[in-house]
This record gives sequence, structure tokens and C-alpha cells, in this order.
Amino acid sequence: MALPTYASPLERVWHWTYIALCVAIFVFLIAPIIVVIPLSFNAEPYFTFPEKMLSFDPDGYSMRWYDTLLTFGMSRADAPRDASWWADAWHNAKWVNAAKNSLIVGFFSTILATVLGTLAALGLSRPEMPFRRIIMAILISPMIVPIIITATGMFFFYSSACVNTGSGLGRLLAPMLSNSGCLANTYLGVILAHATLGIPFVIITVTATLIGFDQSLNRAAASLGANPRRTFFRITMPLILPGVISGALFAFVTSFDEVVAVLFIAGPDQQTIPRQMWNGIREQISPAILAVATLLVIFSIALLATVEVLRRRSERLRGLSPA
Amino acid sequence: MAALDPHAAVVAGASGAAPDVTAAPLTTADGRPLARALARSQARARRRAFLLVLPLLAFVIITFVIPIGQMLHRSMYNDGFAAHMPQVSAWFHENPPGTQPDETAFAALAADLKTAADDRTIGIVGTRINYDVPGTRSLFTSTGRKAKSGFQPPYQAALVEADPKWGDPQLWRAMRNASTAYTSNFYLAALDRTRDDQGKVVMAPERQQVYVMLFKRTLLLSLLITFTTFLLGFPIAHLLATLPARKSNLLMILVLLPFWTSLLVRTTAWMVLLQQQGVINDILVWLGIIDSNGRLQMIYNQMGTIIAMTHILLPFMILPLYSVMRTINPSYVRAARSLGATSWTAFRRVYFPLTLPGLGAGALLVFILAVGYYITPALVGGSTGQLISNMIAMHMTETLNWSMAAALAAILLGAVLVLYWIYDRLVGIDNLKLG
Repeated sequence: MALPTYASPLERVWHWTYIALCVAIFVFLIAPIIVVIPLSFNAEPYFTFPEKMLSFDPDGYSMRWYDTLLTFGMSRADAPRDASWWADAWHNAKWVNAAKNSLIVGFFSTILATVLGTLAALGLSRPEMPFRRIIMAILISPMIVPIIITATGMFFFYSSACVNTGSGLGRLLAPMLSNSGCLANTYLGVILAHATLGIPFVIITVTATLIGFDQSLNRAAASLGANPRRTFFRITMPLILPGVISGALFAFVTSFDEVVAVLFIAGPDQQTIPRQMWNGIREQISPAILAVATLLVIFSIALLATVEVLRRRSERLRGLSPA
Repeated sequence: MAALDPHAAVVAGASGAAPDVTAAPLTTADGRPLARALARSQARARRRAFLLVLPLLAFVIITFVIPIGQMLHRSMYNDGFAAHMPQVSAWFHENPPGTQPDETAFAALAADLKTAADDRTIGIVGTRINYDVPGTRSLFTSTGRKAKSGFQPPYQAALVEADPKWGDPQLWRAMRNASTAYTSNFYLAALDRTRDDQGKVVMAPERQQVYVMLFKRTLLLSLLITFTTFLLGFPIAHLLATLPARKSNLLMILVLLPFWTSLLVRTTAWMVLLQQQGVINDILVWLGIIDSNGRLQMIYNQMGTIIAMTHILLPFMILPLYSVMRTINPSYVRAARSLGATSWTAFRRVYFPLTLPGLGAGALLVFILAVGYYITPALVGGSTGQLISNMIAMHMTETLNWSMAAALAAILLGAVLVLYWIYDRLVGIDNLKLG
């Protein structure tokens, strides 16, 4: 990026303008994410920095909005904070319940998307795969089709996808379905929907890992007497694992951040963090939202760091970049 | 793309006819013709590969393709009126459009209203007509209550006496339009068109024309957002591609962090920044650029939608641009300079054309994502920054006109699929990269 020695004065001016421009764009990218962090410690219920915060007066800062996250929705928020208070928070606090729901849905949808997606990516990367292009297009489409359309379709499908809870199969499935035996307003419904939305990410990351995969390693394992299953678990899996894990993280984040499908197909029991945020923003936006936002930013920094480490490890394993 | 895809070539070769072997065919060790043995083993390999993909394909078809299909069906099917008002629907089929409703029509209507009221389906019927003529749901339910005790002939007089609205030609037109379960009326409505007394397609009344305007706005705003992401993304991608690896990896984190941060968090952040009592206005007032009474309205309008969506979609422009720019050999530009080109000419004639594949990929992706955006416009768009997705959501959750929502969604889906197809042709979905 260094300026060549033969640069004219005009080019020098342009060079520094260009650097300044890039800095400004980086500020545009990062500032909104950074600014919510200090504001979440605001002692006042405003979205701006009061005098006290700017002069770093400790009185201007407080943890009250983080406290609100715990107490909001509790039956006895003012009681002394003993074991029963924490039990109350665990069972009744809205944000705590939302976090629990988000984790449950995220966990199961990620498992589903990752297992099915990895298998499919293995098939899609084989040179002899028939109809590769059209199948790939179908499997990636949940990422491309606007979420509002997907959610609309799922709404119709889930309210009609019902089983007779009296029949044999219905009795088996009944605990996972709503009272009327449908998929709408159930955890299972949300998990299936989120798995569908996460699948494209798993496919993309795992097929990208498999591009550099040396098929002769599998043949070597087979020639040394390993059966296909042993070959997969001892040779293929360890090599593609970084890609699988980043795919899984992408799928988890997709579920963890998804609100539209939840709004359309979930019931009041499946309140997730994004849905709770959505309600909070639409009704009365309070700095408690910023406290959640701050926690989520920290969460995404941790995820980003994990994915970066995995990516570098994967490139090293596959010999794409020097150690 | 097909020519570049080695898999396609191999599959095509494998499924082609076996080579012509006339004289002494080659055989495998156990005596089978080699060509047949090869074909069989290749078929087995194809089957194996397909079996690995099959579970996921089935899953996606059930949870995604079928729901979309159901939505498309819903966009042209609504039996809310036809199924519960059979007699009057039959009258509409027997008489051509434009026929004045006669005593038989009113008799059929009275009979249907009574049955519907007894079966408690009158609400469904009223809701269906209410889509076309607002305020008629209560007309159906209230007349239904009276119909329970039975109207006396002449029915026309009796019904018009019960409520003069029953003589309204607009209502009869709406009932005729609803009298078949399969209908193109929702698509017509989605394009601001309706049917007149003769059944001809005409423009809807001016004050009801909203959808075409919204489609246009969605298109324009998406183009604008694609352009702003290009303006902001190009310098950043160039910087990242030309810096030494260590520095560019560090700066890349600044691009990827927004990418990994929750959409709702980013939208909330912009609400905080852009509000009239928000951080940016405060800074401007503090700097003395604007007066405290003259605070800028930067959110809850189109500007809010544009700023927030540009920020959210920027990484989708930067990443493909970056991956193309990284492969451009810097000696091309140097060669152009040494041959006497100014830096501007070298950029315009040499560097920029080489970035076009990345630019095309990024622009298409941003545009595809922008036309279907819902959350951000809903939260920061106010009334002028709403896109077509917001109208779909409104019909789904507020007016409950699901067929209308489905028709709008189907049109949007068609547009997105065309763009997706172009993307696949030009870029190839295999080349989609995530960070």
C-alpha cells in the first residue's frame, strides 16, 4: 500500500485522502456496534451520553439495565436475593426464559442442520454426484429466498401439518406437537424451521473445506484395510472438522438471531431473545435493550474469534497456507 | 460456468454411451466386459453420492419447498366465499358478468346467509368480502343474525331493508369475484388492478393503488443501497487486498464483526445513533453545526432504511470484492504506469475491469438480499421507508388477508428467483463465501 517514490504531489494528496476515506468507512462499520456498549451502562433512561458520563463521573454509570434483564417479569423482584429469588428469576424472568428458549432451539436446530448438511456436502463434493447443480441450488435457496416469504410459507404449512393425536403415530409424536396435533406453536416447529435456514451455511462452509481435500487419503486408508466408516471417522472427519464446526457456528448464529419465522410460527411459549428484543424495540425501547445488545456483541466477538482460529487451522491442515 | 465445472464434465462422460467395442472386447479379470463393469461401478458411485444428499434434500423439500408451494397455492386459491355460499356462487356462474342481481340471486343469498349463520361460517364469508370492500364483515354477521329467523320473500326488498348496502353494485362485484375458489384476483390486486362489472381488468381506484408504488420503491431503494455499498465497499476491499497480510487480517476483523453481530443489535444501534435525541444529533448540536431546535430527522423515514441497510449489507459487498482483488497481480497496474498511463487511466482501464467479477457477485448478492429485507425497514423505516416485505407482513399479521400476502410474496419470490438464477449463471453458487 506504500506510495511509490515516483508518485506526483497530486497522487500523494489523493493517497492520503483515500486513507482518510477508508478510516471513515471503518468508523461507519464499527461505530454503531461500539457505541451501544458504554450506553448500556447509562444511569439515565436515555440513548445519549449525559454530562456525567462524558466527565467519567461514576454516578453517571450503573448496572441497572443489566439488573433489569434479570428482574423483568419476575413475580417478586424486590424480595431479598436469596435462593428463592434466584429460583424466581430462573423460572419467571422474561429475558432468562428467552435465553433458555434461544439456546434450546439453537442447539437442536444446529445439530440437525450440521449432521444433515455435512452428509450432503460429502455427497455433493463427490465428482460422480448426479444433478449436482440443481440440488445445490435447492439446498442453498433458504438463504436466498427472503425470510418473510419462507416464514409465510411455513406459517401455512405448519398450521396444516397436523396428525391425528389419537392414532398410533400421532400418540408417539403428540408430546412434541401442539394440543391440536399441529406443528404450529411448538418447539419442534421452530427447530425444524431454523434448521432449514441454517443448512445453506453448513453446506457452503463444508463444501469449501472439501475443495482442498485430497481424495487419495481416503483411498490410502481403504488400501490399508479400513472400512468406509473407519475411513470417515479417522481420516475424513478430523480433516474437515474445522469447516464443520464453523458451519455449525453459522447455523447456530442464524437460529440465535432469527426473529421473523419465530414471529410467524412460534407460540407464546417459544419466546426467544430476538423476539423479546423485537417486542422491546417496537413497544417501548429502553436501555435494557442496549444491555442485551452489549451481551450479544460480546457473544459475536467470541464466535468470530473461534471461527477465525478454525479457519486458519483448517487452511494449515489442508496445506493452503504456511503455518 | 458449465465448462469450468469439472464435475459436470465427468458426470456427462460417465452417463454417455459406452465406447464402441466391436473386436474382442476388453474384459475384467473375472471375464465381464470392461465397459459394462465400469458403467456399473460408476452407477454405484453415483447412487452412493446421491444417497448421502438424499436425507437433506428430503428435509429441505418438506420444510421449505412444500411450504413455499403451499403459499403459491394460497395466492390463487381462497374458498372463503365459494365454499360457504354455494347457492349464490352458483347464480354467479349461471349469469354472465354485468347481470343485475334479480330476485333469484337475492333468494340464493338469503338462503346461503341463513346456512352460513347456522354453521357459524358467516364470519369467514364476511372476512373474504371484507378484503375487497372494507367494512362489510359486520354487514354479513349482522344480516346473518337476522337471517337465522328467516327472511320472507320478496328477498330483494327484505335484504335491502335489513341493510341498504345489499343493493350496492360494488358489493355484488366483490361477491362475484369471490365466487370461484381459484382466482387470479389476488395477483390483479397485487398489481393495483381489479375487475369491473363486465369482468374486464381495469386499474384499481386511485386511492387503493399502493402495491405497484411499493414494488417500485423496493426496487429503487435496493438499487440505491447496492450502489452505496459499492461506493463504501470498493475502497475498503481495495485497501484490504493491497495491505500486507498481517495488517489486512486485523482490519478484516472490523468487516467481519458487523457480519457476525445480530441484525437486531445493529438495527437498534442505528436507532440509538440516528434518533433526534440520539448521539449524532447531539454531536452536531455540540459542534454548533445545527441548532438544538433544528435536529435532523434521520430515522423513521427512507434515510433510516438506507443508512441501516447499507451498513448491514456492506460486508456482502466487501467480501466477494476482496477475494477477487486479492488475485489481481499488482504488476498489471505497474505495467500500465510504465507504458505512460496516469494512475487514473491505469485504474480505469486496467484495475477496475479486473474487479468486475467480484463487483458483479457482490452487487447481485446485496441486491437480492435487499429486495426481500423486512426487519430493518420495519424498525427504522417509518412510513416512507417500508418495503414490499413489510406489506406482506402486514397482510399476514394485521389484515389477515393471507391470499393477498401470498400473491405479493409470490411476485417477490419470482423476482428473487430470477436474480438467483442470474447469480448462479454468472458467479456460481459454489463460489458463495462466508468470511
